[in-house]
Amino acid sequence: MTILIAVLALLALAVVFGALLGFASEKFRVEGDPIVDQIDALLPQTQCGQCGHPGCRPYAEAIAEGEDHNRCPPGGEQTIQDLSDLLGREVLPLDGEADSADVKKVAFIREAECIGCTKCIQACPVDAIVGAARQMHTVIADECTGCDLCVEPCPVDCIDMIEVPPTLTTWGWSRPDGVGKTPERLINVVNLR
Amino acid sequence: MSLLSRLLPRRRFDFHGGIHPPERKALSNGTPIRPGPMPAQLILPLTMHIGAPARPLVQVGDRVLKGEKIAEASGPVSVPVHAPSSGVISAIEPRPIQHPSGLDAPCIVLDTDGEDRWTALHPHPDFRAIPRPELLALIREAGIAGLGGAGFPTAIKLNLRDNQRIEQLILNAVECEPYITADDRLMRERAPALIRGIEILRYLVQPAETIVAIEDNKPEAIAAMRAAAEGTGIRIMTVPTKYPSGGEKQLIRLVTGKEVRSGGIPAEIGVVCQNIGTAYAVERAVVHGEPLIRRITTLTGEAFTQPGNVETLIGTPVQALLEAGGVTQPHRGRLIMGGPMMGFSIDHPMSPVVKTSNCIIAAPLTELPEPAPEQSCIRCGACADVCPAELLPQQLYWYSKAGEFDRARHYNLLDCIECGACSYVCPSNIPLVQYYRYAKAELRKQAAEHQKADRARERFEARTARIEKEKAEKEARRQARLAANRVKQAPDAAAPPAQADLKKAVNDASAAYKTAVKAAKEAEASGADNAVALRAEAERLKAHADALKANLRDAKAAGPAAPAHDDGLPALKKAVADASAAYKAAVKAMKDVEAGGDGDIDALRADTERLKAEADRLKAALRDAKAAAPAVVAAPVQEDPVAALKKAVADASSAYKAAVKAAKEAEASGDGDLDALRAEAERLKPTGSKPNCVTPRRRPRPHHHQPHRQPPRLRPPAMTRSKNATSA
Repeated sequence: MTILIAVLALLALAVVFGALLGFASEKFRVEGDPIVDQIDALLPQTQCGQCGHPGCRPYAEAIAEGEDHNRCPPGGEQTIQDLSDLLGREVLPLDGEADSADVKKVAFIREAECIGCTKCIQACPVDAIVGAARQMHTVIADECTGCDLCVEPCPVDCIDMIEVPPTLTTWGWSRPDGVGKTPERLINVVNLR
Repeated sequence: MSLLSRLLPRRRFDFHGGIHPPERKALSNGTPIRPGPMPAQLILPLTMHIGAPARPLVQVGDRVLKGEKIAEASGPVSVPVHAPSSGVISAIEPRPIQHPSGLDAPCIVLDTDGEDRWTALHPHPDFRAIPRPELLALIREAGIAGLGGAGFPTAIKLNLRDNQRIEQLILNAVECEPYITADDRLMRERAPALIRGIEILRYLVQPAETIVAIEDNKPEAIAAMRAAAEGTGIRIMTVPTKYPSGGEKQLIRLVTGKEVRSGGIPAEIGVVCQNIGTAYAVERAVVHGEPLIRRITTLTGEAFTQPGNVETLIGTPVQALLEAGGVTQPHRGRLIMGGPMMGFSIDHPMSPVVKTSNCIIAAPLTELPEPAPEQSCIRCGACADVCPAELLPQQLYWYSKAGEFDRARHYNLLDCIECGACSYVCPSNIPLVQYYRYAKAELRKQAAEHQKADRARERFEARTARIEKEKAEKEARRQARLAANRVKQAPDAAAPPAQADLKKAVNDASAAYKTAVKAAKEAEASGADNAVALRAEAERLKAHADALKANLRDAKAAGPAAPAHDDGLPALKKAVADASAAYKAAVKAMKDVEAGGDGDIDALRADTERLKAEADRLKAALRDAKAAAPAVVAAPVQEDPVAALKKAVADASSAYKAAVKAAKEAEASGDGDLDALRAEAERLKPTGSKPNCVTPRRRPRPHHHQPHRQPPRLRPPAMTRSKNATSA
């Protein structure tokens, strides 16, 4: 009799909590995969496709499914580090050559040579090129992510990737050289009259 | 409150840490303020303040007068720029400015004409007569930004919300950094004007108490200010000499004991803090109508043969000041803008003095030697002892050095005021502040990149969505075009087939009639019994043919617009029912003929064949119509045609049986038609399920059709639909 009561009581509890869990899983269901969003937030969003995926989000989905997280040259070491922290994976060296990832570049159209073919406009993943057929095109430098996807399609090779010079708002102090070095800049005023 | 605070000795507060570097103020504080040089060229950067750059109002070649506005504020956090002297605008272009980066920034270059002619000024000696908002606008228009060092637009700091109540207005005259004596000399020489300026600020802020905080190493300035403040209620407070007591948060702590929260502003705790130099600028702007075009700058350092304070025009190149201070001997040393603790080295002697430049130090290497090389941190903790912001400089150093900026931020890196106390005490000569500045810059860069990435993501997603939409629209347009083509074909296809169908029916009917007449004539000629019956049949067929003709006329009149798709199935159903009814009549006629042993069975058979073909078509139409009919419509309708078909099948089998029976009878009677009858029976047998439907054309009895003009007209639409369905 005691055993019966115990079994019934546990059964009742199981039913109640089962129902509760079932209800909660319906009520508080999470749409989509939150880890993909988190990975996507860490990627640089250049949409350059250098990882072999058509954009940053597809790569985020691939990483979530187990692909290596070291295939993002624009993100560089920092992104690999951040992804490793997020995913609890090992820090991997950047896949492929790290081609001066630190230097920010933007596309620049030599406008005199542009023939207005709109091929670069179609290639730009972030709509950062304005222009129309048979009209001169130009790049909105502020929106350009520097993915260089527009360089290849140009039939007259009039697109250059140019470095973005630092401005007063983007300039920042550099890291001191470290132990054994004199840090401050010396200003030579010898030639002052 | 005020009585109590006056009677009781004021409680002394203190802030954590701080250092006592050599002051070296005696170098420059012994001589009165002298007017600065009048350089041949003034260089006016468009960003001398924190916020958006000013927008130039002049063009190259314009002649301007002293005090004329040459650039306007370009946003809420921005201030205008005025011409410090009269002359001609010679360029608007990037020039080297005083900035640690050594980068160029857009500047307006003014070639002075030496006349120094003023524009018309609008003084307001009685500032209390001006409403506060207008007074604030006046201060803003005068281009006043904090003269202490940060250069935050003063009008914004003074513009309080209606519900904000300010307890303390603190005038920062601490001047805690070594070497600098600009505020000291200003207070000694122009105390009455300063008090007027403070009164204006008081009027704007309406504080419960006003405190001028002066470090106790400036006794002359304290005495002068005390004398000038007599009877105004402005409290002159001395604070102990300690660096960095002039930091805004440190001074508030020192004076009131209150602490500004991390990331907060003093107004949140009821305090407004202004530099004493700013008060002077406000006095000049309101009482004299003079915009901010000059300031007191300390020229100091052992390289100057005549150190001291000069009232220099803003935009004066450092080179001109060096000459004015007597730095003529070539020497090797450091040129620093700002104090030795927080200032920075400048590269270019043509950099101009701006609104925030309070000091220029030209020091030979003997005075400010080259710093010793950095050594490893020995974890002595001296930096933590002196940090006025109560941070952990060592931790910040490790994290900044290792590039773990997020952790550095977690240790409140952003609360660092970059005072340099930690670097000053570091026995290993670690340039700690530069590490913090580096980490802060990286954090800023990361934030900017993150923002840019978000925008890029947004744009990418918008583009993807747009492309999807375009694709969908294209597809929709394609479908619409397809549908339009179909509709265009449909009237052509629908009406003619309908009419063709009708025409065929009419032809069939008239052929049947002719055959029937022929059969009747033959029967009459042979004197058969069933001649009457055949004649009657012929009459019926004629009536049917007439009815069909009438329908055809109607259909032609109705034209292509007629189609009424909805009725397709019922019409078909009706046709099927008609067919079965007609079929029965045909069977009966055949029986009659059989009974008479007459020879016109051939004619009947030919008729039946035609009817069979007709029935096949009809059946196909029914099937297609069923397939094409929308499910909703199909459900109720489907049953009926099926039932009708079943019935037709039953009829067909009975017809077959009848035919077989007739054949047997013919056999028995030895009739010559035997073969024909058998063939007929055979035909009826395999096609059993079809012929049933075949008959409809045939049996159409006048009474059946006349009341229902529609069926024939309605059927074609059904067929039309079936065509549509197949073509689609």
